[in-house]
Amino acid sequence: MDVPAGTAPGKQGAVEHVVVTITDTNENYRCRTDESLLTGMHRLGKRGIPVGCRGGGCSVCKVQVIAGAYEQMRPMSREYVSEEDLAQGRVLACCVRPLEEVSVAVIGKLHKSITRPGQPAA
Amino acid sequence: MGINGVLRPGHAQIRVLNLEEDAKFYREVLGLEEVGRDAQDRVYFKAWDERDHHSVIIRQADKAGLDFFGFKVSDNATLNKLEADLNAYGVKTERVPAGELLATGERVRFTVPTGHVIELYAEKKDVGNGLSYSNPAPWPAQAEKGIAPTRMDHALLGGGDLDGSRDIFINVLGFYLTEEVVAEDGKTQIAVWLSCSNKTHDIAFVRAPEDGKLHHVSYWIDTWEKVLRAADLMSMNHVPVDIGPTRHGITRGATIYAFDRSGNRFETFAGGYISYPDMHKLTWPIEHLPEGLDYAQRKLHETFLTVFS
Ligand code: FES
Ligand SMILES: [Fe+2]
Repeated sequence: MDVPAGTAPGKQGAVEHVVVTITDTNENYRCRTDESLLTGMHRLGKRGIPVGCRGGGCSVCKVQVIAGAYEQMRPMSREYVSEEDLAQGRVLACCVRPLEEVSVAVIGKLHKSITRPGQPAA
Repeated sequence: MGINGVLRPGHAQIRVLNLEEDAKFYREVLGLEEVGRDAQDRVYFKAWDERDHHSVIIRQADKAGLDFFGFKVSDNATLNKLEADLNAYGVKTERVPAGELLATGERVRFTVPTGHVIELYAEKKDVGNGLSYSNPAPWPAQAEKGIAPTRMDHALLGGGDLDGSRDIFINVLGFYLTEEVVAEDGKTQIAVWLSCSNKTHDIAFVRAPEDGKLHHVSYWIDTWEKVLRAADLMSMNHVPVDIGPTRHGITRGATIYAFDRSGNRFETFAGGYISYPDMHKLTWPIEHLPEGLDYAQRKLHETFLTVFS
């Protein structure tokens, strides 16, 4: 079965780590360059970017990359990431890996209107 | 007497972002049997103990989510009657020709107020479960491959006008309400569980900020022990898990919520109680949603109300 890049047993070679900073909370963590920004955060028990489906389908992990180079490693749902978003560095943290030190701001919104009675869903 | 009209959930067509990656996931990790592919490149699966040709269809798309969810009805006369009843209730329907889905008869298709496309059909080829109809063995080899649920069991769908969708299922399609989560006002339903059978639910709706959303498609496994086996297989295969293994207070089922390779949530579900239409509904005030979802840990899982595909 497919495993996330870098976790296959017997994988050779040194693993590179870079620092990722979540600007909203000033949280930072060391992320492997072969894992997604979200996997890196989640694996270390850090918080800041909401963790949802981890498959590019739900958008709760959407971030604005403020600085640093990254690469897309998985397809992202077009419903939530437009061409314009891609061009502007607005991506799903579960689908991109850092190539160097990266800082991001969280923009995926967690909708909370649903628990308010009588509130039309918006 | 007994179950007639709408019989059971019959198929879910799910959009995936990478067809072969998810085909492999549904086949090898979830352990469904791939039963065919069509000219549109859709991949068809069935769970091992289902006898009809397929229950899950996946399709390559640029966004995740659910294309449609279908129910099998008892016969063509029922199909025609339910279509007429829907129309009389003000629900527009269209017919999808026989054969548009492999091995499947004509389908009646309509959109419910939460934005989901629902289908009814009477005919799908009986391909059997690999065991004889005379003196059958209890299970085939396929029953041990991957998680290997016995059937696709139900779906939870998210959208704004929960009341509108609920009413169509109850007033027209003959479903009954088994359980509900209600808001602080004591009446606004945040989520409803609806049954057309003796199951605690065949479909459920949750009030969500966006229409047409998939919360999860659920697969039935026989025992709590097999839920734990499913958890092992998920971890071995790096499947992102959302909640569980635990027991839902709601429906009392043992459960794991997890995600396919495209971020569509699925559930492996065992147990619950036997339900009848005359039974009083069970109510979960919103402040008890933590127990409702995760009875073991009483933990508020924010993703339940926020993560959809
Ligand atoms: S966690 Fe769902 S898109 Fe990233
Ligand atoms: Fe479920």
